[in-house]
Amino acid sequence: MTDATSQSGPVLAADGTPLKKSLARALRLQKTRALMLIAPLLVFVLISFVFPIASMLFRSVENSIVMETLPLTVEELQNWDADSGQLPEEALYAAFIADMVVAIDAKKHTRLGTRLNYEETGMSSLFRKSGRKIKKLDPATDGPFKDKLIDIDKKWGDVTTWAVIKTHSVKITNGYFLNAIDMQRTPDGAQAQPEDKRILIKLFQRTLFMSLMITASCIMLGYPVAWLLANLPARTANILMILVLLPFWTSLLVRTSAWKVMLQQQGVINEVLVWIGLVADDARLVMINNQFGTIVAMTHILLPFMILPMYSVMQTIQPTYLRAAKSMGATNWTAFWRVYFPLSVPGIGAGSILVFILAIGYYITPEIVGGTKGVFISNRIAYHISSSLNWGLAAALGTILLGVVLLLYWCYDKIVGIDNVKLG
Amino acid sequence: MAALTPISRKPMSLVLPTVAAAGGFFGLFIGTSNGSGTLGVLIGALMAVAGAALYIFVLKNENLGKWLTIALYGALGFWFGGIAAAIIGLLYGWFIHWFSYWLYEGRYRARLLPYLTPKQVLWHYTFRVICGAIFTFLITPILVVMPLSFNAQDFFTFTPEMLRLDPAGYSLKHYQDFFTNNEWQRSFKNSLIIAPIATVISVSLGTLAAIGLSQSHVPGRRAIMAIMISPMIVPLIISATGMFFFYSQIGNWMEGTLGLNKTFVGYVKVVLAHAVLGIPFVIITVTATLVGFDRSLTRAAANMGANPVTTFFRVQMPLILPGVISGGLFAFITSFDEVVVVLFVGSASQKTLPWQMFTGLREQISPTILAVATILVGISILLLATVEMLRRRSERLRGMSPT
Repeated sequence: MTDATSQSGPVLAADGTPLKKSLARALRLQKTRALMLIAPLLVFVLISFVFPIASMLFRSVENSIVMETLPLTVEELQNWDADSGQLPEEALYAAFIADMVVAIDAKKHTRLGTRLNYEETGMSSLFRKSGRKIKKLDPATDGPFKDKLIDIDKKWGDVTTWAVIKTHSVKITNGYFLNAIDMQRTPDGAQAQPEDKRILIKLFQRTLFMSLMITASCIMLGYPVAWLLANLPARTANILMILVLLPFWTSLLVRTSAWKVMLQQQGVINEVLVWIGLVADDARLVMINNQFGTIVAMTHILLPFMILPMYSVMQTIQPTYLRAAKSMGATNWTAFWRVYFPLSVPGIGAGSILVFILAIGYYITPEIVGGTKGVFISNRIAYHISSSLNWGLAAALGTILLGVVLLLYWCYDKIVGIDNVKLG
Repeated sequence: MAALTPISRKPMSLVLPTVAAAGGFFGLFIGTSNGSGTLGVLIGALMAVAGAALYIFVLKNENLGKWLTIALYGALGFWFGGIAAAIIGLLYGWFIHWFSYWLYEGRYRARLLPYLTPKQVLWHYTFRVICGAIFTFLITPILVVMPLSFNAQDFFTFTPEMLRLDPAGYSLKHYQDFFTNNEWQRSFKNSLIIAPIATVISVSLGTLAAIGLSQSHVPGRRAIMAIMISPMIVPLIISATGMFFFYSQIGNWMEGTLGLNKTFVGYVKVVLAHAVLGIPFVIITVTATLVGFDRSLTRAAANMGANPVTTFFRVQMPLILPGVISGGLFAFITSFDEVVVVLFVGSASQKTLPWQMFTGLREQISPTILAVATILVGISILLLATVEMLRRRSERLRGMSPT
């Protein structure tokens, strides 16, 4: 012992290397080993989850279709001033015919028409109909094209048609995002959509409103239950816990179909109400296919996610605090409100964010019990992906939704810590 | 539990009005369903008061009173509405008798602290009733599905035969449909193929990663954790759209370049997509188990000459097994329940049970769904019981007191 301390110079490890170096090597080894264990999963998640979502998000700004389908036209359009009110020159028409002939061969012109149709109705049929006639033209010999094209469809003699093409000929566009907030990319910059097309802002508001309602009702229903579970003797609490965990473990579709059974006009609740005479047979309550149905069903589905975090926080609050407060003269209410409630706030926060995050992106339940009035923004995204095929707009809506969720996730991480998530 | 508080008999001025209120409340429902609410309230209240007075002043024998009341109300119910009403009557008779004695003898005080004021006692029981209502809200939808699945009719509601408990109103035909219908059987089989494979992938990768994450020096631990938890946080619809584009390209590549069978590629796509969704659950549960893991055990094993692989399988694995299994069950149920992603990524030949239920609910409403739902509830009860058992075992193994 005395030898080691009296020795001058760096402390050496058993094999003669300086201890510091040896420790650093051991640490490095440990780090590499940990990373090697993590690597397979990390790579798997990055490739099959993070990358697909990132590339999906990129679709919300990606807009190379115009430039790829009509390269010559786009080049010519740079020389044309849409504000002049004048039709473009012959050169542009010639370039357009040349582009279209190539595009028609590759059967790409209808896709371009569909793309432009999102911005200006009528473009899809314009491209499809004109395409059939342009096919017969030969770009080398049949010029001049300006009058011929206007003969084919007089929309080609309309300044707005060309202005629309010019506006959307950029590679990276903000058009989808503008659409997502009920605006439009026009030659004169961003402008509001016409009244009758403004539905998305309303839908976002409704999604937020309903998610808040669901979160609020989950707090109202979850708090008493969590309190009771945390304050009962462990044996009783464990038995009652089953009543919370069973819905948690039951298939989402089972619970959704159960609510459909309960809430229908010929459903269980209405039948019971009619039977005991609270509601007349011809005035059955409408509880499904509207906001009420969605809120009730989703509150039920998400309630366990509120109760479990609240319960784990409340378990740590000593009941003696309440007794101490009361012994010092606090009324029941004061003792609860000034002592117990502040201590339970972290649980409420954790549960609320969790429920809100889950609620805001829900798809299945609103689709089945929401009808048209009780659907969420996610149903709109699904509609654009599978029915209208406007993938850019779907991606833009998805990006906004994801942004909101990630912001909340960040808050959750700050408040609760992602390591502290507990299940069951 | 021994009585905490000495109990004493309560005055009639408390007992009779309260019992009357309870009787009136019940009478209200019977009254409204038979035409007159007010009459129902009056009769119910009077009968309850008469009953209470009878026990206290005439019979003075609790057990005799109990059987008399139950028999009386049961007979009344049977006379009015058959077997189902008789059962309600029997239950109500038992309740009103118990309630009268509970109040009269002051038994409601027995388990409460002696110094509580009457108001606090009232609040205590009101609170219990509120919580009971919330628990009812939680469990009713699941319970309602079960009897309805035995419906003999193709309705989603209770038929008069069912309410009369007539055997003709019940049948197993929806179960029969589930077990003989090709659509349902194929989707059930698909679920049983996809979910276990996805679970195996997410459990094996997830456990390794969780062990890696629990080492003391991991660079960028928070970021890695955030990435791995993200499939649970990102709304399913967004994951589904992202995977839709990604896997359609991967699928084309696998079919085109590698020349694989289309159905096989379809399964691979869905399995991989589900595996990612299950990973966060495995990570969370296994990390939670590893928190209490005594690291000196692995060092001791290494010290005695075991190589890392032996150490892992012989020392670490048995100890963290409960966490791994419950993580696996979470991953399994995630995949088994999943609709949105499979709807986007899969094709018709990968139709799973939830998908079939989803289309069933949206398009042709068939009560077979309720039979399937009942079976699924049974499965989830099994899973819940297993997880609960594992959790207790894990707590015991780690030396925590079983609460």
